[in-house]
Parts: sequence; structure tokens; C-alpha cells
Amino acid sequence: MSAKIVTITSGKGGVGKTTATANLGVALASTGASVVCIDADIGLRNLDVVMGLENRIVYDFVDVVEGRCKLRQAMIRDKRLEQLYLIPAAQTRDKTAVSPQDMIRLTDELRSEYDWILIDSPAGIERGFRNAIAPADIVLIITNPEVSAVRDADRIIGLIEAEEKGPGKLILNRVKPEMVRRGDMLGTEDILEILAIDLIGIVPEDEAVLVATNHGVPVASDTGSRAGRAFQNIARRLNGEEVPFESLDGRDGFFGRITRMMKAGGEG
Amino acid sequence: MNFLEKVGLGKSRSAKDAKERLQLVLIHDRAGLSPGRIEALKDDLIDVISKHVEIDRDLVEITLTKDRDRQRLVADIPLAPPRRRR
Repeated sequence: MSAKIVTITSGKGGVGKTTATANLGVALASTGASVVCIDADIGLRNLDVVMGLENRIVYDFVDVVEGRCKLRQAMIRDKRLEQLYLIPAAQTRDKTAVSPQDMIRLTDELRSEYDWILIDSPAGIERGFRNAIAPADIVLIITNPEVSAVRDADRIIGLIEAEEKGPGKLILNRVKPEMVRRGDMLGTEDILEILAIDLIGIVPEDEAVLVATNHGVPVASDTGSRAGRAFQNIARRLNGEEVPFESLDGRDGFFGRITRMMKAGGEG
Repeated sequence: MNFLEKVGLGKSRSAKDAKERLQLVLIHDRAGLSPGRIEALKDDLIDVISKHVEIDRDLVEITLTKDRDRQRLVADIPLAPPRRRR
């Protein structure tokens, strides 16, 4: 067994990195894979509350880096999924407490025993981001259909390529199909054309995400919600399955057009 | 945006605006050349070229463009109108 290391990053804050990490963790672990989620946002810990594990933290990632505990002692097992773990960030330290080499060393320790290691990157392009992408095999860039988020995603894509971690894949999050339809929101095709990157998932805006986060149960645990299904589909695509892109606007043409774009991108 | 759109009656096309503005700003971001830097470059260019030939300073245009995968700096430098010799 050799884990694939996936880093979820965005540049801009608040676009859904932590939500995506928690949900991909749940979705991958639901298929029987073993998954370790690492919160790399040192000083602004949040993956723990989104996964509902905030009351179980004893040690954190910086404790491991500084030798106060073993890696296994900082791993918190999920309440529902036996094969899902969280390594929380330290809350009282900053990004300089960890180096890119620390990230590589500690994830290498986990590689042989788990299927997936998911790293939740902090916002920004500084040390925390560098730490988060250092060990990555695959980088997922998440963005929203708004100019500031797309601009930051473009910057991040450039930095990832410069670090030879590219090309990365795009998650388009919080899409409102009715706004796209009436010409008031950038559509998937527009964003793919601007960023020139492969798509791995489209997640619709869905109140179920906030409700699930309120309970500390990621929305992907629930197959009934559109966002939950979208995250499960991303997990399947990470596993190499060919899953058609969701038709968010209920028209047949949408999915057909996206598939054609993906194929054109693959050949080009 | 026309009057009807402003009062919320016509079809809004704000996504089109967003796309055009993004494409423009990303051309500058990717080249690491802000519009201000391009102005400075233009002034330098005018000085250098003026040493050799008389140009119409006010009409000089420097633009960043993109074709396929390569970005291009395009300079349009009109010469000063020729004076008739007698």
C-alpha cells in the first residue's frame, strides 16, 4: 500500500477548502479506503470542527513535529468511519512551526499504511501553502464562480506549476445554476477556458452543507444532498473512475458540453 | 449596462463582464506587468526610439495580448507626419 497525497488549496480564503477536505475524506473512507486528513492551517484550526472531532484532540501536528508525541498519538479516529483519521493543526502556534521538510518526512511515515492522505491547505501563498503542497502527489485547486476567487486560483495554478506539482485539477464550488442560466454567474465553461485546467468536480451551492457542518457531520455522509453527491463523485474520479459531470441545470446539453471540453482538453 | 438592466427589467449579463475583466487582469498578472509598469515602459521606449526617428508620442500604444499559449507585448508606434521638403 502506498498512499496518494492530495492537497486541497485555493489562494483565497473562504471558498471551501476545509469543507472539501472533510467531505473527500468521508467520501473516500466510505468506499472502504483508509484516509488520513491533515489540517495544515496552523494557528487557525478548523478541520476538527467540520469533521465533528473537536472534543477528542489531545495532541496536534506541531506536537508531532517537535517530538512531544508519536504520529499515531495525534491521529484521531472518526466517530462513524473506522478508517478515517484526522491530524489536527496546532491552534496556538503559527505556520513557521512546520517546514516543508517536516511535511514530507511525516507524510512519508504514513504512506505505507494508508490509501489516502488529504492535506487541508491554509489560504494565502506563503509558508503555510508551501508546507501544504510540499508532499503532494495531486493538488486540487478549489474556487468559486467569482472574479476574486478565480483570479487567486490562477495565481495558485502558476505557483503549483513553478513547484513542479502541476498541473492540478479544479473543483468549482458553490455554483448557483439558476444564476449561471440567467447570465449572472460565471459558468463552468467560462472558468475552464480562463484557467486552462482540468476539472475534477462541480459542487452546487447547497444549504445542506451548512446544516451538516452545524452538526459536525460532513455532507458527503448523506447521499440525499446534491453537494454530498458531488463530493462523492469527486472521490470516485480521484479513484480513477469515469463519472459524468453533474447536470446542474437539469438540461441535457450541459453535461454533454462539459464532457466535450474535457475530451478536447485531454487531446490538446 | 443599459437603462432597462439598471432598473432590473432587462436581461443582466454580469457574468460576461466578469469574464472579460478576469481575462484582462489575468493577462497582466501572468506577465507580472501591471498597467502602471507598462506606462513606464512606454515612456522609456518613446525616449529610445525618439533618438533615431521622430514619432508621434501621443499615439503610441503598448498592449499586452495573448494568442494561444504565448503572451505578447505589442507596440504601435506611429511616426510623426512627414514634413514636405521644398
